[in-house]
Amino acid sequence: MKNFSNTYIFIFSIVMVVIVALMLSLAAMQLKPFQDKNIEIEKKQNILASIRIKSTVKDAVDLYGKYITDSYVLNNKGERQEGVEAFTVELKNELGKPALERLLPVYVGTLDNQSKAYVMPLRGKGLWGPIWGYISLQPDMNTVYGSVFDHQGETPGLGAEISTEWFQKPFIGKTIFKDSTEFVSIKVLKGGAKKDDPHAVDAISGGTITSKSLEAMLDSCLVQYKPYFIQNRHK
Amino acid sequence: MSIISSKNFKLLANPLNLENPVTVQILGICSALAVTTKLKPAIVMGLSVIVVTAFSNLAISAMRQYIPPRIRIIVQLVVVASMVILVDQLLRAFVYDVSKQLSVYVGLIITNCIIMGRLEAFAMGNKPWPSFMDGIGNGIGYSIILIVVAFIRELFGSGAILGFQVVPQSFYDAGYINNGMMIMPTMALVLVGVIIWIQRSFNKELIEKE
Repeated sequence: MKNFSNTYIFIFSIVMVVIVALMLSLAAMQLKPFQDKNIEIEKKQNILASIRIKSTVKDAVDLYGKYITDSYVLNNKGERQEGVEAFTVELKNELGKPALERLLPVYVGTLDNQSKAYVMPLRGKGLWGPIWGYISLQPDMNTVYGSVFDHQGETPGLGAEISTEWFQKPFIGKTIFKDSTEFVSIKVLKGGAKKDDPHAVDAISGGTITSKSLEAMLDSCLVQYKPYFIQNRHK
Repeated sequence: MSIISSKNFKLLANPLNLENPVTVQILGICSALAVTTKLKPAIVMGLSVIVVTAFSNLAISAMRQYIPPRIRIIVQLVVVASMVILVDQLLRAFVYDVSKQLSVYVGLIITNCIIMGRLEAFAMGNKPWPSFMDGIGNGIGYSIILIVVAFIRELFGSGAILGFQVVPQSFYDAGYINNGMMIMPTMALVLVGVIIWIQRSFNKELIEKE
């Protein structure tokens, strides 16, 4: 084996690192627009899914433009904040801030029958990683119109079931206020929710921690909108 | 020397069976368990590993005369890591849904023993072209196992192949249910075990002497 001097080794390492760094940053810059586009489409698909509109990767942008007619950002008193685009608000960053400074996005969907649905983003911790979703309310700001949940790495077949239809469908028609004043959110009950319980759905057998995390996520994210919900109830 | 001489062909074909990285060398089991619930991510993972093994073998072999032995592992790591990052970025840009399913496992290709193993054992001592062949061979050997396992798991676990429902609705109406066990990583390990068993019963030379 050849003997290499220390100088050679240093120069070799430096040249190698510079070449690799140049190559990777060039690739990252070239691919960034494509990646951002994918993330944007996914977000739009999720928002559409929460107002029960199915979309594909191809038509998501068009459908979003058609159905999501308004979006704005609130502070925790339910007042609109000017100068911020709701779509650009990253919930992950907002949840890192103190509660008083958080920006709360709302998307307003106009359905085919001209009634409105109000979409709130959700984010929380699951068993293995983050879980997130969107939930939409009818204009009474109480009854759930639709919901969609997703996760990064919940257990397949157990916690991961939160992203499936059988879990999400029962949320439709549930209410988040008791006697129209007390905020109760929606409970995810182990052993099954009673048929006539308006504030609870069935948990996933074997996915207890994910189910409980989802319940906590609903509660902690929606409670921030409480002032807004109360001020903006439409008959 | 022709492009694919018999020696080079051996480099390509041996890892498919007698030197299979997963079933004989028992490398790369971790990702083989994790990404095989559905066929599509398994295929993409297989392709990614083929690309990474082939091109990092090629790159390391091309500069093997110039790599100082004292820092060769670091050099290998840098080459593999940059290949993997490139592949990851490309997946994120062009097959976003699959890259989400593969999640961390693309990044973990870096630590896949197959790649470092082949660099150290083969590419450091052989010419670029045979090394490239060796990389592709090992990548394919890995992919075949992934695809077989994923095929069985998706068929019995979800009743589908590549996302298309193949088990007809009438089966479900008659009481057939998907096997939830198939979705768990445990079954992947059992399946890999069964594949090793079948392979050894056909290739007696693989069975260890007492």
